[in-house]
Amino acid sequence: MNDFQKKAEIIRVETLTPEVFRFTVHSPAIAAAARPGQFVMVRVEQGNDPLLPRPFSVHNTESATTFQLLFKIVGRGTSILADLEVGDRIRVFGPLGRGFTVSDDGPVCFVAGGMGGAPLFFLAKYLRLNGRRPDRDIVLLGARDQSEVKPIADDFIRLGYRVETATDDGSMGHHGLVTDLFDGIGPGIVRVYSCGPYPMMGVVAEKCRQKNITCEVSVETIMACGVGACLGCTILKSDGSYAQVCKDGPVFTTDKLAWTV
Amino acid sequence: MNLQVKIGELRFANPVLTASGTFGYATEFAQYVDLKRLGGVIVKGISLEPRAGNPPPRIAETPSGMLNSIGLQNVGVERFLKGKLPFLRELDTRVIVNILGDSVEEYAELAERLSGHRGIDALEVNISCPNVKNGGVAFGIIPESAAAVTAAVTNSTDLPVIVKLTPNVTDVTEIARAVEEAGADAVSLINTLLGMGIDIATRKPRLANVVGGLSGPAIKPVALRMVWQVAAAISIPVIGIGGISTAEDAIEFLLAGARAIQVGTANFTNPAASEDIIDGIIDYLEEEKEDSVENIIGGLQM
Repeated sequence: MNDFQKKAEIIRVETLTPEVFRFTVHSPAIAAAARPGQFVMVRVEQGNDPLLPRPFSVHNTESATTFQLLFKIVGRGTSILADLEVGDRIRVFGPLGRGFTVSDDGPVCFVAGGMGGAPLFFLAKYLRLNGRRPDRDIVLLGARDQSEVKPIADDFIRLGYRVETATDDGSMGHHGLVTDLFDGIGPGIVRVYSCGPYPMMGVVAEKCRQKNITCEVSVETIMACGVGACLGCTILKSDGSYAQVCKDGPVFTTDKLAWTV
Repeated sequence: MNLQVKIGELRFANPVLTASGTFGYATEFAQYVDLKRLGGVIVKGISLEPRAGNPPPRIAETPSGMLNSIGLQNVGVERFLKGKLPFLRELDTRVIVNILGDSVEEYAELAERLSGHRGIDALEVNISCPNVKNGGVAFGIIPESAAAVTAAVTNSTDLPVIVKLTPNVTDVTEIARAVEEAGADAVSLINTLLGMGIDIATRKPRLANVVGGLSGPAIKPVALRMVWQVAAAISIPVIGIGGISTAEDAIEFLLAGARAIQVGTANFTNPAASEDIIDGIIDYLEEEKEDSVENIIGGLQM
């Protein structure tokens, strides 16, 4: 059930780093309907600049009344959003898109880079709430430094998952890429969920192809309408046709996409 | 209070329509808009054969606007008739099909194929497409080409024919007069303005197609000026398009001489924009103590 809300109130703001924020937003309609991997469109400004809403994956939902966004300041839209405070209202609609496939066929591995942990956390929590025991699952998180990766790592650990981290500067965990960690995961993993920078997902997709493991990624692209009407958010599929990230995705199995890395 | 407007033989419940390319096939917005309140829906442009569209990136945001080079991606006329029309014909609003082609013959054949189907109330002819038999120059920038497409379409259908004009010309009234003479029942304008953007970090164009169409609030003054000029130059009805986000914007176009308006890019910033605009027009008429929207059409005082 999609809901266009003109006034969804921000009820909590957490500043995880000077550039990374977590907002808790009051929206029973979105909280009740959202599934892991889906996203919402957020209008950050009342005026015309910036004009278009921004897509954000649903990071978490709580008690069927609130949902959370996790984002980093990367441009004008996120910069304006970051200045909002508790009590401010944002225009938001959703949930939108096709989410992750929830399956119980064996141990899974989550691979997240940068802000990619946002949708994967919702998935991990959803699995736990539906009775999954995470003892054979593994979460691999990569980010620039400890300040960026630790808050998300702690979130997954609190859910009961095993977590390994990688940082560009070596301040926490492996000094290097999160995809280096992927080479070390045990056999028996039957499914991989990944989200993060496009080149990172491309590497994960290739490694999964070689190991014959089913892999789903959540891709990001500029969007205008978010509902499948404008055809602005297309991505090339492996069969040469275009898929719409907002409607056919944002989650895709990696063999369906034409990777350009 | 009367909100109804007549464009030729077509009656609309109110002057607010949604623009082609911004509202999909209406299903996409069904959860955000009470579709039966709309004056009409103009669906995504259809060609004879399906078109895949341009490679991404297809859109780029600009100050108070956006560029698009979607590339006229569409499912083709067969799949439209089988797959999209059934839902559209159940809508309690006017449905107008936008058509596009590479050649005059294609436009004519499309017009014929789309005739006689319950649920299609009119055709809107997109003449901003390149004429492949004329070096890829857009039909709509040469009066004779625009007239040729218009005549071919009107000769191939009994449906009302609205010709959608491109602003990328020196004198849009010239094109408007040519299509009026060729038999158009109405014109709609403007389509997008040709523009581009450059990403200075990568030093590449922001669109894969390099150039694209600019839309949104930024183009409103140009669109309004052209609507005003064309409404004065021709006798057939004018439908105004270009940067309309609010009821105030819509009313400016009605005062300038448009009998109806289309809402496009605003659907992305506010999925309920079209309904908000209808409500705002009602409020304005009440405040101004006008009992009919007809009273303000062409009401600009000089």
